[in-house]
Amino acid sequence: MKPPLFDYVTPESVEEAVAARAADEDSVFLAGGQSLIPTLNFRIANPTMLIDISRIAALKGIEISDTEITIGAMVRQRQIERDSGVERANPLLREVLHNVAHTVVRNRGTLAGSIAHADAAAESPAMLLASGGSVEVRGPGGGRRIEADDLFKFHLTTSLEPGEMITAVRIPVLAPSTGWAFKEFARRRGDYALAGICALVTLDDSGRCTSARLSACGIASTALRLVKAEQELSGGMLDEAAIVRAAKAARDAVTAADDSQASTAYRRHLVDTLTRRTLAVAKTRAEERSAR
Amino acid sequence: MSTAMFGARVQRLADARLVRGEGSFIDDIPLEGALHVAFVRSPFARARILSIDCQAAREMESVAAVYTCDDLGSLDILMPLLIPHPSLDQPRTQRPLARGDVFHVGQPVAMVVALDRYTAEDAIRLIDVDYEPLEVELDLQAAVADGAPRVHEDVANNVAAHFVQSTGDPDGAFARADHITKIKVQVDRSTAAPLECRAVAARWDRVSGELTVWDGTQAPISVRGGLASILGLDEDKVRVTAPDVGGGFGQKVLLFYPDELLVPFAAMQLGRPVKYIEDRNENFIGSSQERTQIHELELAATKDGEVLGLRDSFLHDTGAFIPYGIAIAQVASTSIAGPYRVPNIWVEFKAVYTPTVTITPYRGCGRPQACFAIERAMDKLADELGLDRFEVRRRNLIRDEDFPYRRDGLMFADGLAVEYDSGQYGRALDMMAEHIDLDGFAAEQQEARAEGRYLGLGLGFYVEGTGLGPYEGSHIRIHPITGKVYVNTGLSCQGQGHETVFAQVAADQLGVDASDVIVVEGDTAAFDWGVATFASRAAVVSGNAIHKAAAKVREQVLEAASNMLEAAKEDLVLEGGKVFVNGVPDMAATLAEIATASNPLRYAFNEAAKTSTQFAPASRHDGPALGEGEAPGLEATDYYSPPHAAWAYGVHAAIIEVDPDLCSITFKRYICVHDCGRMINPTLVEGQIMGGIAQGVGGAHYERIEFDEEGNPRNANFMDFLMPYATEVPHAEILHIETPSPLNPLGVKGVGEAGCIPVGQVVASGVADALQPLGIGPLEHVPLTPDMIFTALGGEKEE
Ligand SMILES: Cc1cc2nc3c(=O)[nH]c(=O)nc-3n(C[C@H](O)[C@H](O)[C@H](O)COP(=O)(O)OP(=O)(O)OC[C@H]3O[C@@H](n4cnc5c(N)ncnc54)[C@H](O)[C@@H]3O)c2cc1C
Repeated sequence: MKPPLFDYVTPESVEEAVAARAADEDSVFLAGGQSLIPTLNFRIANPTMLIDISRIAALKGIEISDTEITIGAMVRQRQIERDSGVERANPLLREVLHNVAHTVVRNRGTLAGSIAHADAAAESPAMLLASGGSVEVRGPGGGRRIEADDLFKFHLTTSLEPGEMITAVRIPVLAPSTGWAFKEFARRRGDYALAGICALVTLDDSGRCTSARLSACGIASTALRLVKAEQELSGGMLDEAAIVRAAKAARDAVTAADDSQASTAYRRHLVDTLTRRTLAVAKTRAEERSAR
Repeated sequence: MSTAMFGARVQRLADARLVRGEGSFIDDIPLEGALHVAFVRSPFARARILSIDCQAAREMESVAAVYTCDDLGSLDILMPLLIPHPSLDQPRTQRPLARGDVFHVGQPVAMVVALDRYTAEDAIRLIDVDYEPLEVELDLQAAVADGAPRVHEDVANNVAAHFVQSTGDPDGAFARADHITKIKVQVDRSTAAPLECRAVAARWDRVSGELTVWDGTQAPISVRGGLASILGLDEDKVRVTAPDVGGGFGQKVLLFYPDELLVPFAAMQLGRPVKYIEDRNENFIGSSQERTQIHELELAATKDGEVLGLRDSFLHDTGAFIPYGIAIAQVASTSIAGPYRVPNIWVEFKAVYTPTVTITPYRGCGRPQACFAIERAMDKLADELGLDRFEVRRRNLIRDEDFPYRRDGLMFADGLAVEYDSGQYGRALDMMAEHIDLDGFAAEQQEARAEGRYLGLGLGFYVEGTGLGPYEGSHIRIHPITGKVYVNTGLSCQGQGHETVFAQVAADQLGVDASDVIVVEGDTAAFDWGVATFASRAAVVSGNAIHKAAAKVREQVLEAASNMLEAAKEDLVLEGGKVFVNGVPDMAATLAEIATASNPLRYAFNEAAKTSTQFAPASRHDGPALGEGEAPGLEATDYYSPPHAAWAYGVHAAIIEVDPDLCSITFKRYICVHDCGRMINPTLVEGQIMGGIAQGVGGAHYERIEFDEEGNPRNANFMDFLMPYATEVPHAEILHIETPSPLNPLGVKGVGEAGCIPVGQVVASGVADALQPLGIGPLEHVPLTPDMIFTALGGEKEE
């Protein structure tokens, strides 16, 4: 479990990093290393060069506007979780990050890295989907923005072009009268989820659900939006019957095959349970925020 | 005894050093110019090797050597069968490097020695091995069927050993019974996963002809003997040291792992130190594991729930080889009746080869399986007869007056009949019932159910035969310069805290503080009589040897002090590192002075030494300085050899909350009542129990080594093999009973393995109790995972 030989560079700017990446097609970006280094040690990956982006000052900031939180690619997960501005602007982030690994891992791991890594069981991609976020990317051809819905293609695969890097993650500020919740079931505290559900629901004054955004991790080949479940909720009262219908729809989104921790049947059951519980919490929070 | 170290909560003496990072594990030992080892390992569970091409690896600049079986000369042998047994008629052991065939994924095929581990790993990828894969059968029950693919071509039905034992008249008991309870239970494979994986380093000194081996082993003396004989060296030219070792749990008592032979061999061949530091992946696929057994057990009982007879037939997975003999299965089969009287027992097992890494004892060694079988059966008996779980146990527990309780005809792992030496089983169960507050719990359970929450009470009783022979020894000396007590024993420590309890035992005899006792173990240069650390035996066997040797030294101290102080021995007090005359504290001599005075000297190298030089007034001037039969200094050696195992026992219970939707469990309380005889140090006893419970929780709910149908390990890493984190392990409330063992002078029994034994039963019975209102199906298989709970609840329901 020792990595193969590789070169290592530490660019000081995004431009330098992108240029280094363009010059060597077998190079990779290194952020917090919490996913990349294990794949090197297992010799699953065999890159020629690691481009360590942790010295790029421009990637280390958090900016919060009235509408959006912009998190630089080198901001550590732990820093986001402890940032009171982020907590005020969108408390979903902290709730999700508390389910990601352990403190020591989050001390180094980055949100952008987790999103770029795109593990199907990882929590952050599901969070990005539910909240309608996006990523800023920069490549040899310039910059662009990719919406969350267009980002996750398969387990460990995104729509980033070779050579592109994420420079920032953007997440909308939580809308008024909106409740949030994330719940997962993992075998051990801090493990990747067997299933996780993220929900944002917006209520109007009468308690009708004007918008519902749901996503899941751990249940398919990518994190995914639970579109059918959203449809069961949007426009109607967020009552028990609607929640049960949404949970059933969510359950039918499970495509992950049996694995050693969970059969498909059990995973479907988990998704059903988690969806009901997540929506119940999100609904209560939405009501609380509406009352304020 | 003048001081009372025995029984005191002395802090672990090794900890200050270890937490400061001052430990010296094998990888910390500086070996200048050391070469590093990596292995090419079989990627197939069963295959024929057609060819091995090492040329590209040999040509790598940083590679010192590449070995296959053809390069090992006289080391290309079948490794020893450590514990032969008459029932083991098809023993198979492995070769250091595979010749012809491979028998499990991970078996070493070639060894690379290179400048560092990085390049060694590069090199193994350049070695081209051509395999012809063969058919395999991973399922234990299918493996014994006629016509099943064989692990070893010439072993029919894959059965290595078939052994039957009985006591009393089992057939008669079953004929007489009012009721027969039948159960089939399974415990799955796990692994010890010590924090420090295995490690070996060796240095060969061509000039002196001395081989020094640092081996993270639990059996340095045995390794030394084996190395000397296989390498053709004199014992005194081979030194084996087990320095600080980060956990063993049985995995490190096997000899030989291939690396233990090949690293010293390569050091001799290449004339440079060689190191092998096993990594986690190798530990999962190359170091031994334990647990899979499938028991079919029947109890013959009266209608009042008195168990008259027991029959058990089980399959034991032994992996691809059986170097440790039938020990695990034998322990399981002889522990099968647990704490119950059961006068009539018939027990049979087959040890079965599977194309998987070798099985050797892992903390618990067959006992968790036996406990799970008998305890699940007792619960089932209670259910079927409509009796309370506590009551059915109470009616069958061996009573205080039944001790010593023999099971003639059942031969334990020490080759002697099972004989429980002492205990208060009924009291332990009553203490547990009282501590839980059964009535209070019943009310709480009802209330919770009304709120849609499910609480259950898990309960399991275990026994543990501990402190097996053959023997251990101890050498003790009081240092003349410092007066410190120097204690050697032959077995080795993997973090348990031997140094602390051994120091306490010696300190009591010699009137010093435990911190003034220097314990050296696991170094054949210091002491080389003895066996190993296994079977919860260190405190019992080495502990008593140290006690006996220390008592001899105490006599010498008093003898010598009585001469020096001109006082009768009966008037002397040995305390605080010195001897003084009772009531006259000024008439005193320190241990250093006494030790110095006991050693006739020519040179006065310090102040104290002046008193024992030839011209000192106190020296003897009427003949030789040492009389006939006298020895210099204060030192003695003694041994302890137990008459048979000392049987510890205990009862565990837990309040478990089950979430029937997530199918998850939460421990609300975990309680252990146990008895390991007299406790040398309650803090260390509790540490052993808590660690055992942590591993038990792993086996009960989380850990399962998985193979696919081709025999590939599926979860050979810490991400997928779910060893519980601290967050998953409950806090344990521990209650002690101390029934001395009559078998040894200290009255102690072992406690090393106890904690892990009943946890599977505690979890299964707790979940069953919690979900009983929901009509949960039988829970007879551990680890009991959420998915299994889901299935037992009926699986997916369309609402
Ligand atoms: C013990 C342990 C437990 C864990 N548990 C969880 C868990 O429960 N849930 C979870 O979600 N994660 C978990 N993780 C993973 C963790 O969250 C990682 O930090 C995260 O997946 C990757 O972030 P990183 O900054 O460490 O990325 P790295 O490991 O440095 O990189 C990961 C991948 O992303 C690429 N990359 C990184 N940054 C960028 C960028 N800016 N642009 C383009 N590509 C980039 C890299 O090239 C690499 O391919 C765990 C990790 C460990 C070690």
